[in-house]
Amino acid sequence: MKPTDIAAPDYFHKVVDCQWACPAHTPVPEYIRLIAQGRYSDAYMINWKSNVFPGILGRTCDRPCEPACRRGRVEENPVAICRLKRVAADFKDDIRQRLPKPGPKNGKRVALVGGGPASLTVARDLAPLGYHCTVFDADPEAGGMMRTQIPKFRLPNSVIDEETGYILGLGVEFKGGHRIDSMKALLAEKYDAIFVGSGAPRGRELELPGRKEAAANIHIGIEWLANVSFGHVDKIGKRVIVLGGGNTAMDCCRTARRLGGEKVTVVVRSGFDEMKASPWEKEDAIHEDIPILNYMVPVAFKHVAGKLIGVTFQHVKAEYDAKGRRNLVPSGDPDQTIPCDDVLVAVGQENAFPWIEQDCGIEFDKWHMPKVDPKTFASTNPKVFFGGDAAFGPKNIIWAVAHGHDAALSIHKMLSGEAVDERPLPEVQISSQKMGIHEWSYDNDISPDKRYKVPHRDKVVALKDIRAEVELGYDVKLALGEAHRCLNCDVQTVFSTSLCIECDACVDICPMDCITFTANGEESDLRQRLKAPSAHPDQDLYVSSDLKTGRVMVKDEDVCLHCGLCAERCPTGAWDMQKYFIEMTHAGSTCPTKSRSAA
Amino acid sequence: MTYIAKPKFHHPGLKKNSLGYTHRDYEGKISTLCAGCGHDSITASIIEACYELSIEPHRVAKISGIGCSSKTPDYFLGNSHGFNSVHGRMPSVLTGANLANRDLIYLGVSGDGDSASIGFGQFAHSIRRGVNMTYIVENNGVYGLTKGQFSATADRGSKSKKGVTNTDNAIDLVAMALQLGATFVARSFSGDKSQLVPLIAAAIGHKGASFIDVISPCIAFNNHAGSTKSFDYVREHNDAVNRLDVLVGRDPIAVDYAPGTVQVVEQHDGSKIALRKIDADYDPHDRLGAQTFLARHAAKGQIVTGLLYVDPDAEDLHEHLNTVETPLNALEADTLCPGSAVLDKINASLR
Repeated sequence: MKPTDIAAPDYFHKVVDCQWACPAHTPVPEYIRLIAQGRYSDAYMINWKSNVFPGILGRTCDRPCEPACRRGRVEENPVAICRLKRVAADFKDDIRQRLPKPGPKNGKRVALVGGGPASLTVARDLAPLGYHCTVFDADPEAGGMMRTQIPKFRLPNSVIDEETGYILGLGVEFKGGHRIDSMKALLAEKYDAIFVGSGAPRGRELELPGRKEAAANIHIGIEWLANVSFGHVDKIGKRVIVLGGGNTAMDCCRTARRLGGEKVTVVVRSGFDEMKASPWEKEDAIHEDIPILNYMVPVAFKHVAGKLIGVTFQHVKAEYDAKGRRNLVPSGDPDQTIPCDDVLVAVGQENAFPWIEQDCGIEFDKWHMPKVDPKTFASTNPKVFFGGDAAFGPKNIIWAVAHGHDAALSIHKMLSGEAVDERPLPEVQISSQKMGIHEWSYDNDISPDKRYKVPHRDKVVALKDIRAEVELGYDVKLALGEAHRCLNCDVQTVFSTSLCIECDACVDICPMDCITFTANGEESDLRQRLKAPSAHPDQDLYVSSDLKTGRVMVKDEDVCLHCGLCAERCPTGAWDMQKYFIEMTHAGSTCPTKSRSAA
Repeated sequence: MTYIAKPKFHHPGLKKNSLGYTHRDYEGKISTLCAGCGHDSITASIIEACYELSIEPHRVAKISGIGCSSKTPDYFLGNSHGFNSVHGRMPSVLTGANLANRDLIYLGVSGDGDSASIGFGQFAHSIRRGVNMTYIVENNGVYGLTKGQFSATADRGSKSKKGVTNTDNAIDLVAMALQLGATFVARSFSGDKSQLVPLIAAAIGHKGASFIDVISPCIAFNNHAGSTKSFDYVREHNDAVNRLDVLVGRDPIAVDYAPGTVQVVEQHDGSKIALRKIDADYDPHDRLGAQTFLARHAAKGQIVTGLLYVDPDAEDLHEHLNTVETPLNALEADTLCPGSAVLDKINASLR
């Protein structure tokens, strides 16, 4: 193998698994260390810069960082990254002085369609640069799906108000209760750029026999949640069936439990493990006495005299064809009818752009989705950009934020006369953490603690009040314990070939057997000759240039604890622990532009 | 010195031996020696050898004297018996322990100061008596704990860190061990675990006095130009006569070297050593030949390593003395002290 080029920003970025997995590339270990030091406001600001909604995401994020967390490869559970983010939001001081100020107006106007996370992120990035941003939303308040679809017992209004308020406070104009009905009309208003962040607002229908007849008691999940959110709906029947296995289904069933649903059942086509809902959301539903029934496909709504009385299901089983694709085939068991008073349909969401006329210069593909460049988020109309669920279909908040940053960058470049498809490099700082012979500026003593549970409100109390937040968040002590579980993966092991005397001290001390000195070879061959087996080929090998004996140093990054013992036991300082801080370049930064790869 | 404990986490794919232990289970406390010390690599090699042999830690007694080397038993086999004895007295403590309980595996760990100076006599007598043990000398040529004075194994003409030339002749412990009748004699280098680990494993399987001289660079005081025990010097002058693989128990023997280059030595415990010859003329069963070979190469400034001599049919001290098979702690009181009538009988036979 060729010696690893650690100067390439992506190499060490990939080692910080959580940050690499985060669509917005939040510097996770950095803010966790700040939490451990009690510097909650600093931790909050790092988050705020990257992901815009730390308080909201700390309660609702889909957490792509956690399955990626290295701790999950070392023991059972990853660090509770998401809930630590909430800690930063909960315990911070007043940070308003630290927010950017609205810049002097540059005379350019940007229209943002939809007041959800994608649009607000674009506005956050552009307003301080002097753009006049106008956000349009059909709802009276900003927040989009964060406000309408996520139940208040998971995300209180106060958090949404605070964090959307920070953005609107940058001089962003918000036009609530103003639905955009025509792209053509909007284009005619001569905005310099238009960003569409209107989400995936339509709940998928379930056309089965009885749907029309029993319509009064069959509700589309996201619409019903929005109605609950705005107080238009405040009760439901005692027996409720929720159809669907995603996070919306979990929100529906738990909301139903709080509005009078005594016997709430979730019924899902697929198996439990294949359900789209996050594992913790399933756990929370089960904890609230909601059974989840799997491998049952709805076939008909049963009704008597226009009144819904139940849903009939066919039992299925999973069969896999030669290509490993799953097919659900009837299991042969007789159909089952589950009696109920109301049904909530949460079987998916769809994009809908009836308001974009065909002759706007915006092309659509065969799935009726706009043609959007995945890097620049530009549509085929150079002035119109898309982001969030509106761009590539339903994802989640953190993706919308990431799209927003990229779209804002594109808009800024376009309006500054720069090439939109030339993307800036991330900003990288790397510095040694050595304080003394065996002292480091980070806590390298690895905590053996298991993942700490987040305290929950008592179930009886929680189920009585739909606005009572179920998760109480970590207190300071629990947060400190959980923060110590972080392995500081951003403090990198950096190797200097010229200093190494091949004494083997690092090999002997490494608790994870990460380091091997051996003859060089092809990667597949080298992976066979490591001191401990290489279980994850997607994790890079760090290879040195040739050493004095002709061998090379090979480090499998996979399960390195970043404990720094290799550097402590190295007599010549050939190993050093260096903190690698990487930040994505947002609109308005002066970072050099050079096309970069994946990150 | 490292202040934190080595994390308990280990690689999830770590292999287990037949006892279900990983090599991490054979570790001791974290080393307090200087960073990069060759002794730590010897520690790691002992750990690896015991892991590969699936030795039950409670069956090992590790005994040492005084010095950097003699601190190391604290860093391996944390669940074994240990005795950190007086300076240079490891061999007599080990001999006594061995006589009292022959069922344990005895690891004597010593250094060049402990064995070639203050304990030179003790070393000599334990070897000539054929105590069943693995005697490892961690040989760095200097007194590291007292800031790097020449030890008795420092080569004449080699230079100290401050530039002073050694004018005394060196003691070659391997030559001494051969002369004193050790039945397993080897030399290795802390920077070459692929050679050292099987040597330690083979020595543990040998019944009789096994002696391994391990050159172990002292990073702090003896790893400079002018030293003959530095990483660079040993790597340049290393002349390995053979490499070996230790084949334990049921593991199939799959040695696919060219015929004539591999010599299989069967040990008392049933294990086999497959010796891959590097020097075609070298015969590890010829004590006299080994001594000559060693002297000839030493004169050329070469450091001969590998398994230098082995007598697979060796006897140990217990056989010489015809002692009882059962360890003394397992004998009943009336067997240990058969009474005055038996004593009278013995006395009568001597009159």
